[in-house]
Amino acid sequence: MEGFFDIIKRYMENIRNFSIIAHIDHGKSTLADRMIQLTGLADIRTFKDQILDTMDIERERGITIKSQAITLPYRAQDGKSYLLNLIDTPGHVDFSYEVSRSLASCEGVLLLIDAAQGIQAQTLANLYMAMEHDLEVLPVINKIDLPSADIDMVMEQIETELGLDPFACLTCSAKAGTGVEAILEAIVEKIPPPKGDVSKPLSALIFDAFYDAFRGTIVSCRIFDGEISAGQTIRLMSNHTTYRVEEVGRFSLGRDKKERLTAGDVGYVIAGIKTVSDVRVGDTVTNDRNPCVKPLPGFKEAKPVVFASIYPIASDDYEELAVALEKYTLNDASFVYQKDSSVALGQGFRCGFLGLLHLDIVQERLEREYDLSIILSVPSVRYRFTLKSGETTFIDNPAHFPEPAQIAQTEEPYIRASMMFPERYLGAVMKLCIDRRGENSTITYPSPGRAELTFEMPLAGVIFDFYDSLKSITQGYGSFDYAMIGYRESDLVLLDILVNGEKVDALSQIVYRGIARGRALQACERLKEEIPRQMFKIAIQGAIGGEIISRTTISPFRKDVTAKCYGGDITRKRKLLEKQKKGKKRMKMVGAVSIPQSAFVAVLKSDQD
Amino acid sequence: MSTSTSVPDLATLYGKGKKESPGLYVHIPFCRTKCPYCNFYSITDTSTVQNYIDALKGEMALYVDSTLTYDTIYVGGGTPSILTAEQLFEIFDTIMAVFSIAEGSEITIEANPGDIDGDFASFLVHSPVNRINVGVQSFSDDILAYLGRRHSAKKAISALDRLIDEGCANIGLDLIYGIPGQGIDLWKNTLAQALLFSPAHLSCYELTVEPETPLGMHLAQGDTPLPEEDEMYDFFMTTTDILKCAGYVHYEVSNFASTERFVSRHNRKYWSHTPYLGLGSAAHSFFGNMRWWNHRSVKRYIADAMNGRPPIESNETLDSDALIFEALFLGLRTAEGVDLYELNARFQVDLLKKNRSKINALYKNGFIEIERGRIRPTDRGLAIADYISTFL
Repeated sequence: MEGFFDIIKRYMENIRNFSIIAHIDHGKSTLADRMIQLTGLADIRTFKDQILDTMDIERERGITIKSQAITLPYRAQDGKSYLLNLIDTPGHVDFSYEVSRSLASCEGVLLLIDAAQGIQAQTLANLYMAMEHDLEVLPVINKIDLPSADIDMVMEQIETELGLDPFACLTCSAKAGTGVEAILEAIVEKIPPPKGDVSKPLSALIFDAFYDAFRGTIVSCRIFDGEISAGQTIRLMSNHTTYRVEEVGRFSLGRDKKERLTAGDVGYVIAGIKTVSDVRVGDTVTNDRNPCVKPLPGFKEAKPVVFASIYPIASDDYEELAVALEKYTLNDASFVYQKDSSVALGQGFRCGFLGLLHLDIVQERLEREYDLSIILSVPSVRYRFTLKSGETTFIDNPAHFPEPAQIAQTEEPYIRASMMFPERYLGAVMKLCIDRRGENSTITYPSPGRAELTFEMPLAGVIFDFYDSLKSITQGYGSFDYAMIGYRESDLVLLDILVNGEKVDALSQIVYRGIARGRALQACERLKEEIPRQMFKIAIQGAIGGEIISRTTISPFRKDVTAKCYGGDITRKRKLLEKQKKGKKRMKMVGAVSIPQSAFVAVLKSDQD
Repeated sequence: MSTSTSVPDLATLYGKGKKESPGLYVHIPFCRTKCPYCNFYSITDTSTVQNYIDALKGEMALYVDSTLTYDTIYVGGGTPSILTAEQLFEIFDTIMAVFSIAEGSEITIEANPGDIDGDFASFLVHSPVNRINVGVQSFSDDILAYLGRRHSAKKAISALDRLIDEGCANIGLDLIYGIPGQGIDLWKNTLAQALLFSPAHLSCYELTVEPETPLGMHLAQGDTPLPEEDEMYDFFMTTTDILKCAGYVHYEVSNFASTERFVSRHNRKYWSHTPYLGLGSAAHSFFGNMRWWNHRSVKRYIADAMNGRPPIESNETLDSDALIFEALFLGLRTAEGVDLYELNARFQVDLLKKNRSKINALYKNGFIEIERGRIRPTDRGLAIADYISTFL
């Protein structure tokens, strides 16, 4: 009679753990949808498009923010039943750590390439990551139905740029549904089943966690060794916290409760964990009584690189904002925050983000899901200051800028940026990077007509609108990825913005001295455009230390259009004025000057387009 | 569509508001020609005038109330002066029969200069009307043509002369400034010409262009633009300087009276939360804490009112926030301003305390005077009355 371990060994042969990696918009979610439909998991009539992208914002922007997984039951052409575990991955450069943990949970990847656009920077970046994890790579050319599709071109790229066999690659149109069956077959055939030993102590990799209002934190795991079931006590190895398992199961269109998850499985664990902050992506789960010896490799604490302060527009809304942030972090463990305050904007919070996209998303979700009107201060990176006393300190908040007399050295974080775009834009992209203080560039031509450019640049240079500028000058073809490469010396100053003589601390910025004047001029101009005329003259100034380096004035407003109140129609007039009044309430008062939220936002925009 | 199929109970509503004599407004939505800048509802088909008058009478019957006595009547439009003397008499006779009108009431009618002929003048003399508002707008033929007016400057002058000859003591002139191509000098000239008639009342309105009017659409195509805000300010200040020099009282943003006696008693009700009943299509009413208004469409108005149904399009009941805000922005349009102590007494809200720093800022910058809880706009304050009301 077959023992438990033998059964599991056989069972493992029929598991395939894979991910789909692709550049933004190359069709990853659509392909996932089709697979879900094809394996019968969803009835086509009731199917909600792109079911894995459950957040509105994700759906709207066409990007995946959170990792999620789904188990597809597939009956292959060989007659056997397989479990295909698709682990969805975030598709943006801000979340590459999460991507790496999802990949570490797989044995293979589908490398999805848009037939019209070809290989982009993100594609390469993710491919290298997949290769680092020794995954089997199946190239798939998608969107072959497009009139601009050029399969030959892409196949050539696959060969020359990726070093893969172009004839092994598959083609499909996820949108039309063609070629998807062949992909499922290829997954079964080419991606190896998971290796692992169910008889060893439990060792499971956490690749995601999310909060469910009814059950608490749901942890997504890939089991490498051992097994996990309800009633066990597990230990999270990064901080030795222990929990009692309530339930385990697989991901289907909802959760599919199971008695146990064993080596090779991908599924969820519910264990009375209160918040997602208690769980770290990349951590190892093991059995408390019979723990594994070493944690799985690759664990890193998510580190924020961009910082900004968030304030409610109406100071009365502070409590609401506090509650919203608490609720928000239920599902975003990489978002960190603490109390902060500003003279101009009152009580708020200092927040850390993984990148600018992350910041955008947080802002949008706070405004949309919690119906808040908020202002962000100018985002900043974390600088390193060495004081004359010898002390080193990290500063991202302009309010903490040390006395200039105390400063011995200032440094800022640098990145290596890699960009890919059609060769004809090379000059424009180089100029953009040089404008952002890029240096030590390298250029390669991975295939005819395409250039790959790397630059070392200060991170501060790219948090201001870099990606959008790149997209704009390459007419959408440019792609961008980056990695942190440490701190370099840089002459930094504190730029302040004053409105009618009063410092608007939320607009203060730590900037490289060489660009301070330009930044100040631009801030003044933007404010002049965005701040509406008011009863008093408004003087806007940029200053470094006590020195005014730029100024502009907004002349006062002197005449309304006070129309005739025809025949006593007061209602119409009142509604109009109520609307105007409401608009004003959404503005921040700095002294006697009303500043709209858009003014703060506008100061971020670069004039270097 | 109207959910308010019942007649508002004037007596009850009256009890909720200021116990001052209500005013009566009658709308005559007919014009010979449509001026391209006008956003008000009127039609040029005069075949339904008699039906309309019958409908008016029907509507009046709905509001009979012996406890209320009106002390102003205002017949506006459209162009009331295109009705025949007979028709106008019919309207006035019915009003007098249905409503209790006080002795010494102010009774106003609006007229187009082109209609002031012998018949009309005669009507005036024999009717209860004791105040006439003439839509002169300008004494420049070029400007009149731009505004699409159907009379010439010469006609306006002769109309005014005739009224004076007939012994009309209470004449008001409507004038418009801020017209593309007008310029300050021409405007000064217009004011000078107006003053030659020693009118009891002058209304000087900034040209307001609503986008959906023919003028609005024309300007949107980028023709001669409207004067900039700085120029409008000049127009405004020039007007008040000249008229005040001539002894006029600048009692509301756009309105001047030769003496306190000739202030428009009826219009003052709009700005002081005094009740008023509006009859006719598109007419607005206010009693206590309720505002209601009639159908804009003449057809719908007639259909309802002729059949004894209140021709009300919609209504709103104002909560104290709305009433306070109204008291504020209406008061800030007038030289009398707003009595914040009184507002406090009425609504238990101390705006003086709540807005102390803002009121101080307004005072320091010369936009208001403040005395014993009453804030009064200066001329510069009147110029931005709307802005101030949303600032506080």
